[in-house]
Amino acid sequence: MNDEQKLGKHAVLLKPLETTTSKEFVLTVVLLTAAILFGIGAYGYQLIVGVGVTGLNRPVSWGLYIVNCIYFIALSYGALLTSAVLRLINAEWRLPITRAAEGITACTLVIGAVNIVMDMGRPDRAMTIPLYAQFRSPIVWDFVWVSLYVTSSFIYLYLTLIPDIALLRDRYPHRKRFYRFLALGYTGTPKQKRLIRLAVNGMTIAIIPIAVTVCTVLAWLFALTVQPMWHSTLMGPYFVIGAVFSGIGILIFTLAVLRRLFNLHNYIKYEHFRKLGYLLLVMSFIWFYFTVADYITTLYGNDPAHMAVFDAKISGEFAVQFWAQVLFCFVLPCIIVIVPRFRTVRGLTIAGLSANAGMWLERVLIIVPTLARPRMPIGWGYYMPTWVEWSVMLACVAGIGLFYVIFVKFFPIISIWELEEAEAKEQQAAEARCIELENAGTRSAEAA
Amino acid sequence: MPRWGMVIDLDKCTACQACTVACMAENNVPSAGPEGAKLDRSVHWQDVLTDLKEEGGGYPNFHVRFLPRPCLHCSDAPCVTVCPVRATYIDDEGLVRMDYDRCVGCRHCTTACPYAMRYFNWFPPDYSVGSTEYMNPQVPTRAVGVVEKCTFCIHRLEEAKRTAAAQGRDLTDADVVQLTACNEACPASARYFGDLDDPESTVSLLARNPRAFRLFEELGTEPKVYYLAEEKN
Repeated sequence: MNDEQKLGKHAVLLKPLETTTSKEFVLTVVLLTAAILFGIGAYGYQLIVGVGVTGLNRPVSWGLYIVNCIYFIALSYGALLTSAVLRLINAEWRLPITRAAEGITACTLVIGAVNIVMDMGRPDRAMTIPLYAQFRSPIVWDFVWVSLYVTSSFIYLYLTLIPDIALLRDRYPHRKRFYRFLALGYTGTPKQKRLIRLAVNGMTIAIIPIAVTVCTVLAWLFALTVQPMWHSTLMGPYFVIGAVFSGIGILIFTLAVLRRLFNLHNYIKYEHFRKLGYLLLVMSFIWFYFTVADYITTLYGNDPAHMAVFDAKISGEFAVQFWAQVLFCFVLPCIIVIVPRFRTVRGLTIAGLSANAGMWLERVLIIVPTLARPRMPIGWGYYMPTWVEWSVMLACVAGIGLFYVIFVKFFPIISIWELEEAEAKEQQAAEARCIELENAGTRSAEAA
Repeated sequence: MPRWGMVIDLDKCTACQACTVACMAENNVPSAGPEGAKLDRSVHWQDVLTDLKEEGGGYPNFHVRFLPRPCLHCSDAPCVTVCPVRATYIDDEGLVRMDYDRCVGCRHCTTACPYAMRYFNWFPPDYSVGSTEYMNPQVPTRAVGVVEKCTFCIHRLEEAKRTAAAQGRDLTDADVVQLTACNEACPASARYFGDLDDPESTVSLLARNPRAFRLFEELGTEPKVYYLAEEKN
């Protein structure tokens, strides 16, 4: 069969779907599930006793939950935008990495959105927000926009999955019911192919503005108040840039893990890491530029309320976090990407993780110092998360990991149909070139 | 329609904190306890800020200033704009009010208020032994997970309106000038309450005093609490 022949070449991509019971796999799932259960327990404790079990207090009434919510949603957005933009400009080298990026989007997005609910004092009243929405509130915009974003990014991921699901349906009769339901009767007729390409292209174009605005609206949660160092026009773009930066970082890390685990060296090549590394470098520079622009404007404005926050970050209570952020977001990634000796897969993975550590610290530094230095001289506050918040955060990370592991087990991590399409196109082009060469040869022979 | 406001004379204030205590008793504000206070979780709908400046040579060479603060009931309140469910809103008479039963506890209002006058209930309220006997039945207690703040003693205002209506007359300035619990308790009579839109009322006369100022006027929040600056420094 034609299908079988083709798959022979890409069989390695389906291997993770076929070998499910390795010892490492079971251990990973058990550990991740344990961490998640512990986090759920911690949150249950918070639900019963009150939000007071967190380290939050009067001036600092937003903390780790909001930080993680922003960080995870930004991560999802960064991965999605990388995939969508590369698809839009039709960069051929993107093919083996888009599915991995879209997987990150789906996993982190859900976890990020859950963090909003966990921050609420009355999660039992969450439905009040859609029912009695007050449309001047940035939280309502967030609610609407994050919902739209969740929906559209899942549709986008699903659309690109359909042809591969159809392939799995034909290949695995024992899981037929599951895949047949998801494949929506896709059989690969020319009409279906045309429609799916049309839908994917449409979603690619639609998802980019949605993703940019969702991050901006998240930033407006802060920028639309009058609080020192929040109230800034830069906040929206700063969040967008930071999101792409951390998204690319986590994508590099994920690709390195996948490649190592599933032996995908023929698909995910050094070339991909190098190109993503360059993107990371560009984002790191833009991040640095935005940071300098923001801080120097504050410094020269010299407003005492703003300067209190500025000093707390640069040289005060939060100085360690601040300079660690600069190190992780700018110094380390730049050195690793620029110096050829460090620009290995391992080096770039470290750069990606470093970018994420830095971006997480940046979210902390945006949210906490402003609250800890209120404009009203009611006394300076400080914030240190308690074990409850740390456990929930650990559970969130474990949740993302578990979702991703499950995703990898049920769907091929590299888009097979797009790969085949590209190969077919290449073959066609090669054949055309051969014919042309032949023709040219005969023509020149005739002329001679 | 009246526009309720307050004037606080800083020259008269002795920082005795009677307003703070009276407010807690009147509005069933539970104590956060020493543990809660250490974690900055105490609730005071009305508090007194102190600003201590050393002038050299140690005690008694200090310059001390006091700032009693209720909620400022801003006319353009940042907390009202950001509330996702209209749990906090400005009513027809200019009071910034709270609907405790609708609040989802997102705390966007507490982060948006430049005066830090909004308080979150971190735990279920703890009315320790005995204090329940002194609770005010006119003021609802607040559940865990919602935000609360000064109401300008709206329950007293409603009662004053009812009394006036029963006597078949309009509410006068004399009815309300010491209306709130903090004003009533102030031994120095440093605080006045009333209708800012009535040109003859005590508060509107004082608000036009050259000493009058409002907190962070430059933020454009239009607070309805005026302060009279100290003349003797």
